[in-house]
Amino acid sequence: MSDTLFMYPEYEVVRDHDKCIACRVCERQCANEVHSYDTDLKKMLADSTKCVNCHRCVCFCPTHALKIVKSDDTYKINANWDKQTINEVYRQAGTGGVLLSSMGTPKPYPVYWDKMLVNASQVTNPSIDPLREPMETAVYLGKKTAKLERDEKGRLQDTLPPQLKLSVPVMFSAMSYGSISYNAHESLARAAEELGIYYNTGEGGLHKDFYKYGKNTIVQVASGRFGVFKDYLETAAAIEIKMGQGAKPGIGGHLPGGKITDAVSTTRMIPKGVDAISPAPHHDIYSIEDLRQLVYSLKEATDYKKPVIVKIAAVHNCAAIASGVARSGADIIAIDGFRGGTGAAPTRIRDNVGIPIELALASVDTRLREEGIRDNVSVVVAGSVRSAADLVKAIALGADACYIGTAALLALGCHLCRTCHQGKCNWGIATQVPDLVKRLNPEVGYRRLVNLVTAWKHELQEMMGGMGINSVEALRGNRLMLRGIGLTEKELSVLGIRHAGE
Amino acid sequence: MLLEGQQRIPSGCAISGVIDRSGKGMSGEAMIRSISVMHDRSNGLGGGFAGYGIYPDYRDFYAFHLFYDDTFAKSNTEEFLGKHFEIAYASEIQTRKIPEITDEPLIWRYFVSPLSRKLESSHLDEAEYVVRCVNKINTFIKGAYVFSSGKNMGIFKAVGFPEDVGRFYRLDEYSGYSWTCHGRYPTNTPGWWGGAHPFGLLDFSVVHNGEISSYDANRRYIEMFGYKCNLQTDTEVITYIFDYLVRRKKLTLEEASHVVAPSFWSTIARKGEEEQSQETLLRKMFSSLLVTGPFSIILGYTGGLMALGDRLKLRSTVVAERGDKAYIASEESAIRVIEPDLDTVWAPAGGEPVIFTLYGGRK
Amino acid sequence: MKRIYVEEKWCLGCHLCEYECAFANSGIADMVKALKGKEIHPRIQVEDGDGVHFAVNCRHCTDPLCVKSCIAGALSKDGDGMVVIDQNKCVGCYTCVMVCPYGAIMPAENGKVAQKCMLCTDNMKQGEPNCVKYCINRAIVFEDRG
Repeated sequence: MSDTLFMYPEYEVVRDHDKCIACRVCERQCANEVHSYDTDLKKMLADSTKCVNCHRCVCFCPTHALKIVKSDDTYKINANWDKQTINEVYRQAGTGGVLLSSMGTPKPYPVYWDKMLVNASQVTNPSIDPLREPMETAVYLGKKTAKLERDEKGRLQDTLPPQLKLSVPVMFSAMSYGSISYNAHESLARAAEELGIYYNTGEGGLHKDFYKYGKNTIVQVASGRFGVFKDYLETAAAIEIKMGQGAKPGIGGHLPGGKITDAVSTTRMIPKGVDAISPAPHHDIYSIEDLRQLVYSLKEATDYKKPVIVKIAAVHNCAAIASGVARSGADIIAIDGFRGGTGAAPTRIRDNVGIPIELALASVDTRLREEGIRDNVSVVVAGSVRSAADLVKAIALGADACYIGTAALLALGCHLCRTCHQGKCNWGIATQVPDLVKRLNPEVGYRRLVNLVTAWKHELQEMMGGMGINSVEALRGNRLMLRGIGLTEKELSVLGIRHAGE
Repeated sequence: MLLEGQQRIPSGCAISGVIDRSGKGMSGEAMIRSISVMHDRSNGLGGGFAGYGIYPDYRDFYAFHLFYDDTFAKSNTEEFLGKHFEIAYASEIQTRKIPEITDEPLIWRYFVSPLSRKLESSHLDEAEYVVRCVNKINTFIKGAYVFSSGKNMGIFKAVGFPEDVGRFYRLDEYSGYSWTCHGRYPTNTPGWWGGAHPFGLLDFSVVHNGEISSYDANRRYIEMFGYKCNLQTDTEVITYIFDYLVRRKKLTLEEASHVVAPSFWSTIARKGEEEQSQETLLRKMFSSLLVTGPFSIILGYTGGLMALGDRLKLRSTVVAERGDKAYIASEESAIRVIEPDLDTVWAPAGGEPVIFTLYGGRK
Repeated sequence: MKRIYVEEKWCLGCHLCEYECAFANSGIADMVKALKGKEIHPRIQVEDGDGVHFAVNCRHCTDPLCVKSCIAGALSKDGDGMVVIDQNKCVGCYTCVMVCPYGAIMPAENGKVAQKCMLCTDNMKQGEPNCVKYCINRAIVFEDRG
């Protein structure tokens, strides 16, 4: 038996030949070379084995002659050994390698956002119409623990540590230049600037062209320290220390050499064409007191003018970790849930390590309040905030703001084919191939991001108005506005909410 | 059915208040007449009053008003009080038996002063010591509830229409320089006297009309600082917010109002530089104490009254002046009934605090 | 006046514009019916070369050589500066095809007259150029750049 056993493709390209005009757009747009034109048959053909189901061809086909369907090829039905599990064994038996995946886990774990319902005002107090009344969505992130001081005239002095002002409680998650393209980064940066929010460089340094967006940029310092130097820190609005990532808690990052182009190598300050591997832990942080040293090193380096964010993956004891982080000097804690995305992660880790963000958020917020240190940090959550409804629920559970990654990529055209790690993104996002990168025109991309966040802002306002709340501060941690649906007593108690009907 | 505190009960209400800024005493009778005009804003499930300057002979003692379910609760509480306070005087509060008010608990009043030795070893300031003792009684002694704990002031409340509650407590026999009162329209029938309003903590008393939508955000925040929202009512959490901001954070009432009912960001942006920086700072620092949803409150404190409404002005408030006297009420009729001839009458803007104080400050 | 501009930087060479042009000028409401099994003669054409793609159509030159060269008076500039062709006057000499430095005029499908881009003013798109509308990467834009 050969190393590579044939496996029938999971998805099939279906072409309606009655509609196909053989314009060959599909062929030209597919970096995986699925489509071809047969001059003898005078027909377009498709090789489904190469298809990653990114839908680029489906979207481009001018006569809508294409669709991708789930293959009905099947092994003997087995509730224990499903087809994917079997195929993974075959694949590993052939290669001896660790399976890689991209984006958030597709496994059917519970999505708690969908098991919570939001309240609205009736009779005893009025709902508020956001079209007619002010509906405030601005938030300030940072420590709120300053001691009140007055000047000689009795005026209050602004002794607050540095704050980040967001026009709407949404930011773009950390996605590095390298894992995503220059044009994707430009789209995010420009959108953040126009929206009055922030995007995050991820652990990939900051391309010199993007320094001009510094006041809307959060720069990341991760275990590999890629691209970190004085100007990088000074340009940014805030600095994020990445301790972990929701999709792959406990491991570092791996950017294949193929993606380390000249520009990526310069920006990351690493050799061209060589795999960029960030260590699993920070090797200067083996415990919480070490984290405090890094927090203060970064504050010293930037003259205490920038908030420091510590990002952790949502793991079992995240409440205790968050408590430690809240006392570490960090201004903001970002928690990344296990359904969060990634450009590449070992499949087993992505699908099995960590906990859902809803539960992590609820327990962290509760814990920080129990300890009376909720004001020490703002809490930002990430890891599959898919809509304005998720945003509303996250804020009501206790979040100050949300990071969105996958939703932002979808706005840029991503179709969640989950093959980022192959570097041939047909949408010009997760690739460094020049011909593919140019497929994402930032002029189009940034506008779509602005549209998305603007739409969410309107929806947030509508839902707040329905609850009779006209400022997002009054929604934060307002768990009475939530009810669980179909949840167990234990889930309700972790979430700190009551069941619908109660 | 669950009692107040075992569940959250929204309620509508009527409020009224009066202060004589010259410090001259008046009986509670006018307040009774004022609130009775707004009879339909209550439903007989709660009424109450707060009077200031009513205990001049015991002005240096904390006046604790307590409800007891039974004598067992009373003896437990008195044991606790004896361990923590010097009790200057204790007696049952005199009431008038009227058919409208039924099922009264034991109602007692104590004038107390913290035991200096206990206070010293607690490492707390006096006010905080008293607050913690009150919280202990209310949380841990079954069947006992302290519903008034300030100096030279007192809260009187019961289940019933407010005008009946006033007669029941014989408020016509008290004399105070300011009074507030409250008629309640709760949306269930808990029938618990402790759940009536005003709600008080030390010398702060709050009467409130409305239902706030920010309740749980406010509650979960304020509970970080040692407060326990046992009653789950808006009034309780609003009282704690003012206590926290004014007593503990030393904000002025105006500053506290900018926290509770701040100007919109868009309004702040149009203000002068100094106001802008002050109000922005307050919103940033205490964002979780912003109160949304309809409310109009009268905050009573030693030496003054403050009216404050939500920033959208979703509940009505009218204020008026006649000579030394100033009036605040949900409806103008409630003022006119006790003083038809007013110098000025106006409706404050949403979020605009109106403060009336004794001439020469606190007395 | 608004003209069609092409940004080489964003042109992917997908050739969709050619098909959308042919469709717009087919006079048929259904794309499949209009183009299936046919050779297309679009008025916009994508030039592909070593990693470079560029869609080309009429530039509506300020001083158009085609207008100068037309022996039949079929080509002219209208009030807005658009170069228009009157195919009723065209005699099919194709001098314009030869003089156009951009190759933006070409013989029409019937081989008897020349054709060129008229910004979709001469078809059912009513002045909303179809190539622009369907250029997913916004490489082709319709703008007034003065």
